[in-house]
Amino acid sequence: MTLARTIRRVIRRPAAGSVEGRPAAVPTLQPAAPAIPAPAIPAGPTIEGGPSADAGAIEVAAGGTAGETPGTIDITENDPLLGLLQSSVGPVDLEGLSLDSAAVRDLRAAGIKLVVPLISQGELIGTLNLGPRLSEQDYSSDDRRLLESLAAQAAPALRVGQLVKEQEAEARDRQKMEQELQVAQLIQRNFLPRQLPQPEGWRIAAYYRPARAVGGDFYDCFALPDGRLAVVIGDVTDKGVPAALVMAATRSLIRASAQRLMEPGAVLERVNELLCPDMPEKMFVTCFYAALDPADGTLRFANAGHDLPYLRTGQGSAAELRARGMPLGLMPGMRYDEAELAVGPGQVAVLHSDGVAEAHAPDGTMFGFPRLRALVGRLRADEPVVEEVLDELARFTGPGWEQEDDITLVTVERTAETAKTALTASGPAAAPIVRTLLETTIPSQAGNERLTIAQVAEAVADLGLPAARLEDLKTAVGEGTMNAIEHGNGNDPSKPVHVRVSTDGSQLTVEIADVGGDRPVPDPDALPVPDLAAKLEGRQTPRGWGLFLIRSMVDEMAIRAVPGGHAVVMTMRLDGRSSDAQ
Amino acid sequence: MPSDAVRIAVRQDAGTAVVAIAGRIDASADEPLRAAVDGALATTPQRLILDFSAMDYMNSTGIALVVGLLGRARATQTPVGAYGLSPHYQEIFRITRLSDFLPLFDDEAGARAGLAAA
Repeated sequence: MTLARTIRRVIRRPAAGSVEGRPAAVPTLQPAAPAIPAPAIPAGPTIEGGPSADAGAIEVAAGGTAGETPGTIDITENDPLLGLLQSSVGPVDLEGLSLDSAAVRDLRAAGIKLVVPLISQGELIGTLNLGPRLSEQDYSSDDRRLLESLAAQAAPALRVGQLVKEQEAEARDRQKMEQELQVAQLIQRNFLPRQLPQPEGWRIAAYYRPARAVGGDFYDCFALPDGRLAVVIGDVTDKGVPAALVMAATRSLIRASAQRLMEPGAVLERVNELLCPDMPEKMFVTCFYAALDPADGTLRFANAGHDLPYLRTGQGSAAELRARGMPLGLMPGMRYDEAELAVGPGQVAVLHSDGVAEAHAPDGTMFGFPRLRALVGRLRADEPVVEEVLDELARFTGPGWEQEDDITLVTVERTAETAKTALTASGPAAAPIVRTLLETTIPSQAGNERLTIAQVAEAVADLGLPAARLEDLKTAVGEGTMNAIEHGNGNDPSKPVHVRVSTDGSQLTVEIADVGGDRPVPDPDALPVPDLAAKLEGRQTPRGWGLFLIRSMVDEMAIRAVPGGHAVVMTMRLDGRSSDAQ
Repeated sequence: MPSDAVRIAVRQDAGTAVVAIAGRIDASADEPLRAAVDGALATTPQRLILDFSAMDYMNSTGIALVVGLLGRARATQTPVGAYGLSPHYQEIFRITRLSDFLPLFDDEAGARAGLAAA
């Protein structure tokens, strides 16, 4: 069995890269070791495992040059030899071949006499190349049969080996990606503030949810030497570790520059100058930087191409915080416009990243900036902005949504309490100061109105309501809550009823909202007055007292459409004048 | 607002049924209240008196229940009165005009006397 002995143990190695199409996945099969010195066997047999034939060119190793990787011979996609090997049922003798084939010429030049195709599941996966027989005789028909059956057994084994290698490579790639992801997340997490400053009279909140691939979002909030507060949001183009590193650098540069320069335009200019030289190609950073004076609400800001933040004005609309400027890191010498506005009591500045506006619904529509702006605008005072935005986003994208990009929201809210001091100081133009006494949510379950009644009663305990007025309020709150539970939310415990109690010092307002969806808002003046005689005679349902009772118990009642449903808003004066119970 | 589930006790003597309703009158009181009142009416009393002195919560559903029992009492032509309502619920009975069909008294004696005169 001289032949069998001369067939060497083989291994596969990654391709040298001469194959078009799937460079990383292209396996090449080459002799592992120079078992026999080259002079003894000018062209020892080698087994070549190329890519599957449909991938294009096949790479073939020629000869058994001692001690080093044999030179490779490409069988290009349009070489007639490829077709011959694919359709051949046994060894192909190069000698008698009259093909206009570059591969054949190359193989002959390397001393190859016989090429045995290795076919697995109908696919050419490699070749067994043999030089002249050691005995210097021609290959006999027995030899060929042996080679054929050897090839038939070697091919599947080779294929299995190829698959294992491919899977190992894929697993390595996956693992590498996972590791990169973890590194990116680690960097990101470490460079985001753990705690946000909370100046008296302000509520500063941030929400950050990285996408799986980790985008380059960041935010920051820190004290400036002059007592103001810097509020920053930014987004690095690109994802993964590169974006995370640039994010970390930008954040550090902003912090360092801000301590000395403080003014928004100057800070962004400086950071841009520092970033530009080292910025990787095709990357840049959008960034909004604001300096907030907590004492009077002045927000001075500059913007390096970041999505415009919104200011919830409280009048049903949202203003944009506009200032011109190019993203950071694109080119040096940039100037950044500054703008300024006053954040009034109850107003909120909402800084956001494009992960919200550029989220898509299942049908492909984008959430969009207009939708986000409208949502921010119509939020009621003290409605939690972040939750409302996330709820709306969840409704928009539907269940099972794979988050496309990082989502970052930073809210800078001037609470009602500050307003008191600030407005007292600012004089006669002062608007009424609204103080929230209770903000709560209950599940829509029959009987839960009693919980709301107890909570509201406790929240208003300090207002000194006369006992009778308190009883009226409790009944009105109970009826409002029952309506929201039954008629608004259809007794669905997964649907919340929102209750908010607030006062401006002269009157008490209770707002009870359901999430019963968009529907016509009833006009309280058009509601039928319950007719007891008719009810007793069975001409009217015995029910239908709710809104009538509320109206009778409080000074004013209104029904409004709010995001997600309806709200009944009831008002009771605190000046001691008792309600006129109709 | 501690409000236990409704507790209903019926006292009956010659010609008078007193239904004492304690706790809360809301949807959960529907069945017990109906059973108690219908049971009392089945004995064809000359008067039915509702005792609300231990009632601490009634909502609009409870009002509907009282409207319902009033309708059934009227169908059997049994005079019905009530006592023991807190000032707040007296106000609600006035606003809803329930008190026009359900005379309110200061106490049980007053109710017995008032309904006898009717």
